[in-house]
Amino acid sequence: MPAIFEDRKPYLDAFARFAREQPGNGRAWAGVLRREAIERFEQLGFPTQKDEAWRCTSVAPLIRIPFALAEGGRTEGLTAEVLERLTFEPWECSHLVFVNGRFAPSLSRVRRPPAGVKVKSLETALRQDRDRLEPILRRTAPTQAPAFAALNAAFLRDGAFVDIPPGTVLEEPIHLLFVSTAENGPTVSHPRTVALIGDRSRVTIVESHVGIRDDVYFTNAATTIVAGAGAIVDHTKLQRESVEAFHVANLDVEIGRDARFASHSIALGGHLVRNDVAVTLAAEGGDCVLNGLYVTSGRQHVDNHTLIDHAKPHGTSRELYKGVLDEASRGVFDGVIIVRPDAQKSDARQENRNLLISEEALVDSKPTLLINNDDVKCSHAATIGQLDEEALFYLRSRGMGEETARSLLIHAFVSDIVSRIAVSPLRAGLECLLFIRLPKHHPVRA
Amino acid sequence: MAEEGQTKTMLEIRSLRATAGGKEILKGIDLIVRAGEVHAIMGPNGSGKSTLAHVLAGRETFEVTGGQVIYEGRDLLAMPPEERAREGIFLAFQYPVEIPGVSNMYLLKAALNAMRKHRGLPELDAIEFLALVREKMKLVEMDEALLNRSVNEGFSGGEKKRNEIFQMAVLGPRLAILDETDSGLDIDALKIVARGVNSLRSPERAMLVITHYQRLLDYIVPGTVHVLHNGRIVRTGGKELALELEAKGYAGVEESVRGSRRAALPS
Repeated sequence: MPAIFEDRKPYLDAFARFAREQPGNGRAWAGVLRREAIERFEQLGFPTQKDEAWRCTSVAPLIRIPFALAEGGRTEGLTAEVLERLTFEPWECSHLVFVNGRFAPSLSRVRRPPAGVKVKSLETALRQDRDRLEPILRRTAPTQAPAFAALNAAFLRDGAFVDIPPGTVLEEPIHLLFVSTAENGPTVSHPRTVALIGDRSRVTIVESHVGIRDDVYFTNAATTIVAGAGAIVDHTKLQRESVEAFHVANLDVEIGRDARFASHSIALGGHLVRNDVAVTLAAEGGDCVLNGLYVTSGRQHVDNHTLIDHAKPHGTSRELYKGVLDEASRGVFDGVIIVRPDAQKSDARQENRNLLISEEALVDSKPTLLINNDDVKCSHAATIGQLDEEALFYLRSRGMGEETARSLLIHAFVSDIVSRIAVSPLRAGLECLLFIRLPKHHPVRA
Repeated sequence: MAEEGQTKTMLEIRSLRATAGGKEILKGIDLIVRAGEVHAIMGPNGSGKSTLAHVLAGRETFEVTGGQVIYEGRDLLAMPPEERAREGIFLAFQYPVEIPGVSNMYLLKAALNAMRKHRGLPELDAIEFLALVREKMKLVEMDEALLNRSVNEGFSGGEKKRNEIFQMAVLGPRLAILDETDSGLDIDALKIVARGVNSLRSPERAMLVITHYQRLLDYIVPGTVHVLHNGRIVRTGGKELALELEAKGYAGVEESVRGSRRAALPS
């Protein structure tokens, strides 16, 4: 095998073993998808920095590590109590826990959902819900997927499946908690989440990715959300992977007629992180809000790529991503907005604001507007800066110490993103996390 | 020999020189201010009025290149801005900055408690603080709703200036420096602000009222007026000096300064 294919070999070998272990009986269809996906991955290999989409992010560190496919079925000594602390529980909600990508029923709590609502592990859904799953898994065509998505599809095994019939309002959020541990050597998991929300239905979904210790592991996740006509979907992704972990995630969303979708992506952990969010406003009147926050320090590298496709008229999108970068960390924001020729009256606004705390921190911010219709309103704004000296002086001139003033301004900077998270315990928990995570805050008892 | 009861000097500025962006702006300021006094500092644009205010408050973008400032017997220039504030110096900004995400209430409480802690006083709790704040808001006719908004965010020019005086009322400084508090205000807003400032006069407090126009001084009547010209105080007088300035303009003062310099040259 030529040297350039060495990066793929461990994964191809792992696939061969994995494929043999998969159950047949009625799930050959899934096997077909997996094979197509691995062939796609084999053909593509891992991206390099010569690929435009990966220009600012090198995956060399990830390729170097021999990740073993994570075994499931073990709860690794975790208890519900440990998890509660990690996720600001208890909330009033259904709570599916996955350990290293595999559903852990003993740690989960699925409250009885309203009639017709399905909340289950993907592994179960592969058995029971082929009619619902297969079209979705086919649509995000393995044969055309980029490398990491193809890899995720090749190792399709488990994750979460949420299927909500039309006209159903879920009052309580659904929490999907993906916990990773790799005490005995680096492992990789490929969780796959599919959420189908029927016409006029409403749901809040929280996806948490958490590492217990500073283990080395790789989470290669893919999530697909389909919002039916008039549906209202709120999605939060809280990423708190280990500081040595690798996290690559694809979020692919289709918004139906007059449907509303909001996603809040909070990235706090991970050594190397890449999020790809692609939203299609697939019918008239769709509304999309993408909020993001990335807080980096040490030598973390967090890359957020987003794509909002205004495919039909009268769609609205609002995107606000904020970064706080400290020490020698690196952030990347690449936001594309496409307005198709038929999509008149599209209204799109994109903002990326970056606060550099240290001299060494770096951020690459690249907005792209591809507009093919004249009757639209589109704007974008990007800033990269440091704390406002005038504001800092104002606070100090009122008697506030310099360090306290700096951390107050940093908190103020992130506060609008945090305040948009509707799930109260999660928002409160996040505020606590940020309190600890953001540059030193000396509590001023106010 | 000092008379009994003569007030001690609060602020003494000696030959103060300062630059900004490499350009010398203050070229030797001398000034003495005692408790209870209200001094007006007037001057044309570029004379150094704002620079003086900011140097006293400790803004690091201005570099002090010479002279001394002694505040209550201490070397002011050696103190960082927060220490000067805790020691009782308050600067009412000409252009108060907006700080989204930090509420007015939070800032004031933090500031007040930092000052109290510095002076060995117990900090105020939320209830005590709110009571204090409500009382002081009346002085500048401030709306309680503005308290929970972010600092100066979305405030009109008048609201920003009133907010500065409101903060001053809550913090109770010993030396208040008002940097062109009248700029951008219409007559009604000016009157409200002036009323607030006047209500804060006290024998223990001194004020430096910096202004370009004489009009403010009809409402905040100073004891002494200094004219700042090209980085130096060139004339000092009573409140009538302000009226003279209004009549003759700054050019008239420049003339007399040049005249007196010529007269001072050896013949």
